[in-house]
Amino acid sequence: MPKTLFDKIWDRHVIADLGDDYALLHISRHLMHDGGGRGLAMIKAAGQKVRNPDLTFATFDHVISTEPGRDHNTLKPYAQRLYDMRDEAKRWGIKLFDLGQPGQGIIHVVGPEQGISLPGTLLVCGDSHTCTHGGMGAIAFGIGATEVIHVLATQSLVQRKPKRLRATFEGTRHSSVTPKDMILHLIGQIGTAGGTGYAVEYAGSAIRALEVEGRLTICNLSIELGAKIGMIAPDEKTFAYLKGRPFAPTGAMWDQAVTDWRSLASDADAVFDREVTVDVGKIAPQITWGTSPEQVIPVTANVPDPSSVADPDKQKAMQMALDYMGLKAGQPIQDAKIDWVFIGSCTNSRMSDLRAAAEVAKGRKVAGHVRAWVVPGSENIKREAEAEGIDRVFKEAGFEWREPGCSMCLAVNGDTIAPGQRSVSTSNRNFVGRQGPGGRTHLASPAMAAAAAIAGHIADVRQI
Amino acid sequence: MEAFTELDAVASPVMRQNIDTDIVIPIHRLRDVAQAELGAYAFEPLRYLPDGSDNPEFPLNKPAFKGAQILVADNNFACGSSREGAVWALMGMGIRCVIAPSFGPIFHNNCFQNGVLPIQLPRDDVLAIAAELEGATRPGANSEPRLAINLHERTVTTPSGRKIEFKVDGIRRESLLKGLNEVELTLTKENEIAAHQAKARKATPWLYQTSLSS
Repeated sequence: MPKTLFDKIWDRHVIADLGDDYALLHISRHLMHDGGGRGLAMIKAAGQKVRNPDLTFATFDHVISTEPGRDHNTLKPYAQRLYDMRDEAKRWGIKLFDLGQPGQGIIHVVGPEQGISLPGTLLVCGDSHTCTHGGMGAIAFGIGATEVIHVLATQSLVQRKPKRLRATFEGTRHSSVTPKDMILHLIGQIGTAGGTGYAVEYAGSAIRALEVEGRLTICNLSIELGAKIGMIAPDEKTFAYLKGRPFAPTGAMWDQAVTDWRSLASDADAVFDREVTVDVGKIAPQITWGTSPEQVIPVTANVPDPSSVADPDKQKAMQMALDYMGLKAGQPIQDAKIDWVFIGSCTNSRMSDLRAAAEVAKGRKVAGHVRAWVVPGSENIKREAEAEGIDRVFKEAGFEWREPGCSMCLAVNGDTIAPGQRSVSTSNRNFVGRQGPGGRTHLASPAMAAAAAIAGHIADVRQI
Repeated sequence: MEAFTELDAVASPVMRQNIDTDIVIPIHRLRDVAQAELGAYAFEPLRYLPDGSDNPEFPLNKPAFKGAQILVADNNFACGSSREGAVWALMGMGIRCVIAPSFGPIFHNNCFQNGVLPIQLPRDDVLAIAAELEGATRPGANSEPRLAINLHERTVTTPSGRKIEFKVDGIRRESLLKGLNEVELTLTKENEIAAHQAKARKATPWLYQTSLSS
């Protein structure tokens, strides 16, 4: 029977069939960060054992300061949490990428970068953006705190098999249209609950044309479609990306792995429960206007009018979003003056993202009233960007160049914008209060964010 | 985990689509407040005015819905972040059951880990239930805004006495009815886990080279 990519990897990990489409699944990779790091403290409190410390990898990203030159003092008041996690990881023999070391960074950037997130794995982490790793050809999804304990103690998880949705992207995109625009456009089309109950496979010529980093960006926003799993079949680009990375297989084992990975694609006649198609030639650079990622428009558009939709509940939701965002129906979105720009997060903080933003920033200046941050996704990216001189391009343009971490994407480390302030952010959520209570977030690509920083308002990168 | 069998309680509609878990519990509260104290901050951005006083528009602040143990919500309730604190915050304000047309997938799993029952019903049914609850708060109404949930029979009974059946997966229902701890259950399957892992180490040995290369 023909199988989807998802089914092939799922079937490999079934320990026991529990009925009703439920299975006890083996976990081949588990990642931890300091936001969910209490898992180790909870294991300790419960007197349980970590079953397979060699299959868990950890780093600090959520609560750490991203201030340049960060040290014990700037890590306060959350330093103790880091020290406890460091101690527990050491006690169990869990690999932890510590501050200042290659391998430290946003966990969803680090996994692929270190060759930990491999095709064919079933990978989990106590963070909803774990779907990012699906871009490597893995089943990867976020889990809650109790599920983290379950994984640490048993290296397994009880899950219900989702339905399968295939999103096929065809056509050729314009040069200013990025993977971020592709996925935001899809979310706008089918809604933020459009993928609820599904594992999504992204396919088609426009996906195959993407480099690995772009595929990670696409899969990263699967949870904003309502799907906790998003994935892309691995191919020669994936293998070339992985080869030689610290935790990737080597020698004969590498050849054996690649032979296996070549079988990881949906069979030609595999059946999906739902199919969606997108013509990327019709996509313009995207910007969100509201408080849900589905409230997204082309940057050339006007802010939508609630009276233009029939459903009264939708109307009410749109009006509440407009009020929160301080926008008026019908105004050009480019009239919105901004206070902040944030370039970073597990969505858009990799080398290709920083290069795209730097290209826009080069030789220009950030508008006087705007504060703009660039937060590289990992220690390695920071070093590579500095070796390329990208940090200098940003600094000369008036951007601040920071230490790697999640920073202002979820603002849990104190990197926040003030109530009522407006930000263009390359992150993944424009939720109420996401970048700080009362803060207003517009999601966009790195190039669009850089363009806004220079213009001082939301701007079309093609006009800069 | 506390078992869930039957619940007859005040139910409050919070009918707004795509309520995300950042609204259910803001991240800085999750960071700074003990698990047992999170209830005071559940729905903080909707529940309180900027000066910290109760927002009279928020349903759970209305006298008729005070002390609600059941929430009735719209599409995609508790989407977004995986934070289990969203469930803990709801429990902290007394909620044991949420009825909605659809849920954020990670929140849905997190509910079952904590003895909270998420009930998925067609949107028309959810809207009708919410309307009945609102109706029951009007002056002269001859019913109260209560729902009766029976997990044995898998039914919701509305204020007017209408009985609506719901589906819940067998394994999840069993765990809720008995208050079972999933980690302890799985630990009894150690032999199966070990056998699977031995097989996987042979079939895909490159996945188990992790400690060698570090």
